[in-house]
Amino acid sequence: MAQRIAITGLGIISAIGDNVQQNLSSLRTKKSGIGSIQYLQTIHKELPIAEVKHSDAELLKLAGIKEDSGYTRTALLGMIAAREAFENSGGNNNGGKRTALISATTVGGMGSTEKFYLDYIDLSKSGDFEKYVDAHDCGDSAEKIADSLGIKDFITSINTACSSSANALMLGARLIRHGIVDRVVAGGVDPLTKFTINGFNTLMILDKEYCKPFDKNRTGLTLGEGAGFVVLEKLEDAQRESKTVYCELAGYANTCDAYHQTASSPEGTGAFLSMSKALALSGLKPENIDYVNVHGTATQINDLSEGNAMIRLFEGNVPKFSSTKSYTGHTLGAAGGIEAVFSALAIHHNIIFPNLNFSEKMEEFNLVPVTEVIENAGVKNVLSNSFGFGGNNTSLVFSKI
Amino acid sequence: MKAYIRGIGNISPQKTFTKEEFLENVVSYNNNNMLFCIDPVYKEYINPLQLRRMSRTLRMGVTAAKICLQDSGVEMPDAVITGTGFGCIEDTEKFLLALLHNNEQQLTPTAFMQSTHNTISGQVAIMLKCKEYNSTYVNRGFSFETALLDSLMLIEEKNAHNVLLGGFDENTLNLHATTSRLGHWKKENINSLELLNSKTPGSVSGEGAAFFMLTDKPDENNYALLKGLSMLYKPENKSEVEQHLSNFLKSNNLSPNNIDLVVYGINGDVRTDHVYYHLRDTLFSENAGAYFKHLCGDYYTASAFALWLSANAIKKQVIPEAVKLGKAPSGDLKNILIVNHYRDINYSFMLVSQC
Repeated sequence: MAQRIAITGLGIISAIGDNVQQNLSSLRTKKSGIGSIQYLQTIHKELPIAEVKHSDAELLKLAGIKEDSGYTRTALLGMIAAREAFENSGGNNNGGKRTALISATTVGGMGSTEKFYLDYIDLSKSGDFEKYVDAHDCGDSAEKIADSLGIKDFITSINTACSSSANALMLGARLIRHGIVDRVVAGGVDPLTKFTINGFNTLMILDKEYCKPFDKNRTGLTLGEGAGFVVLEKLEDAQRESKTVYCELAGYANTCDAYHQTASSPEGTGAFLSMSKALALSGLKPENIDYVNVHGTATQINDLSEGNAMIRLFEGNVPKFSSTKSYTGHTLGAAGGIEAVFSALAIHHNIIFPNLNFSEKMEEFNLVPVTEVIENAGVKNVLSNSFGFGGNNTSLVFSKI
Repeated sequence: MKAYIRGIGNISPQKTFTKEEFLENVVSYNNNNMLFCIDPVYKEYINPLQLRRMSRTLRMGVTAAKICLQDSGVEMPDAVITGTGFGCIEDTEKFLLALLHNNEQQLTPTAFMQSTHNTISGQVAIMLKCKEYNSTYVNRGFSFETALLDSLMLIEEKNAHNVLLGGFDENTLNLHATTSRLGHWKKENINSLELLNSKTPGSVSGEGAAFFMLTDKPDENNYALLKGLSMLYKPENKSEVEQHLSNFLKSNNLSPNNIDLVVYGINGDVRTDHVYYHLRDTLFSENAGAYFKHLCGDYYTASAFALWLSANAIKKQVIPEAVKLGKAPSGDLKNILIVNHYRDINYSFMLVSQC
């Protein structure tokens, strides 16, 4: 039997809190992080957004950085969440374990690039802005996170758009199963940027109100930002060391919809494949799933596609499900990491988090998400979906130990 | 972990996209230290309607993937995995400049849609209707390497028999200008083929799109066997690199005298090339050597060009004159070691062997 993979550390920063405790408390009290724009410099002030409620200068302090030698918002958010996960799992007391850092991001250092780009390309200019030049690419934040934690055995970054950090967890589990490393800090980070808000705006998939996943009257997503990381290690190691095991990463699968660059197929072929393959790997049957943390972006096409795929997989008996993007916004490359943390919390605290802003079910099918907090919910197995541009679909299965 | 290389498609600043040529007539660049790819006739591979909407890197990537598929005879791979440092940078710049110049107004979505790093892996999957595993790695000098590692893992897991693996990065005037602020490129204009004679800081910037069909099936038409891969992050000194490399060879049951050719990622930057020369003077003092960045320039995924070079050298049993560094090998080319680093931070080692 394949090596079992435990989750022994959680870390998160999002619009609903700077750490795991704050996020859990917001989830329990139905406190959404969506609001009007406070920090992002953009003309689109009419759009709601789910910001981490800190300026870059405040994030520097939270990350424990004394001097800004070129730390982007991306690197800072990532460092804060990854450190929480790492320390939660025991930090450096690792008994010689080979450790990997796998981070995911879609925009990398774009938040800084877009502030200074016209200066970057004008070689007659020089100044303080130059410290961010080397922070544009996606690898910069991963390497800064790894350096801040002293991780050097294995480092990489993934960008499969909105499924990026779910793939980080999947790669992490596989690296352990292949014996390449013993422990992995895996997750993802994305900051809000003008680049992304304008990009999604041109695609006309941003809701002018708070996003309403799986609602008949949904008109698009609400963008968010943040970072979510978990620590993966061998279950046998975690048990031998008497660590807190939040849950097991029991299944995972990555498939491709191969339908359109920025839209999923209406029938959700790729989504069905990723969910069914992840379940198969976990050895569970569809009826064993107690809760689905759906991708649920609240775009017309995603929710239709994902709903159809769930109906097919669960043969009509779709388990309790919700989109926590109604709290955090769609955090793009961070979504899979953030929702992995929420899935682990759902199992560890035996709770199901609601889907906010829902009022009327969609016409195409009879699916109603969970709209109130359910405590003592009997959550043993959670399925978490992350789907992205390029047709990249990844599903993860988390199970109670 | 290992896999055979069954097919290759390589678009680079040299004429590498045909099977017949192997660097017999190399092209020199004297263009402010920038190298750009030689274009195949794209409309032979992509229909004109699609072609018009595609950025340069998308054309290069999709075409290299198509050439690779044709070369391998595999119609449907079991996975598509790419690595890229900067992704689709031209479309990223295009959308960014439009939003900065027009104050976030009157924007169109095409450049944004094609700006994500996974555009090529997604487009190739759409073209093939390949619904299987699909991923993109984006970590500087580890981008192509992690994509390769993932491919090898999938094959070992028996989750794939054939993996379409790609490495790509594109050069643009703005990218060259921006990264020149980091001291990456030489200040004085040089002829690219004279890269090693300059003895100054910086390199020349380049680009490329190279795709490989990795397979678990032995076949007499395979190019080579990819036998080993290792990465090393921020080594503290040269002896750490040397130690890591010795261990890597040992783990493959090899010693330096089993290596018939070492392909070095020497990029002409006097500040960081000394690591290669150190290895050449110590571990590999008796081995034949080669270099390649004078032909393709330096970029995050340049190691994919080195893999193309090594796989062809093994298959054809030829080392092109243009890449030779020092003495020639005495016998058959059985084992080639690629040693590459990006800015003394991301080190990678690949072992390519005769099938």
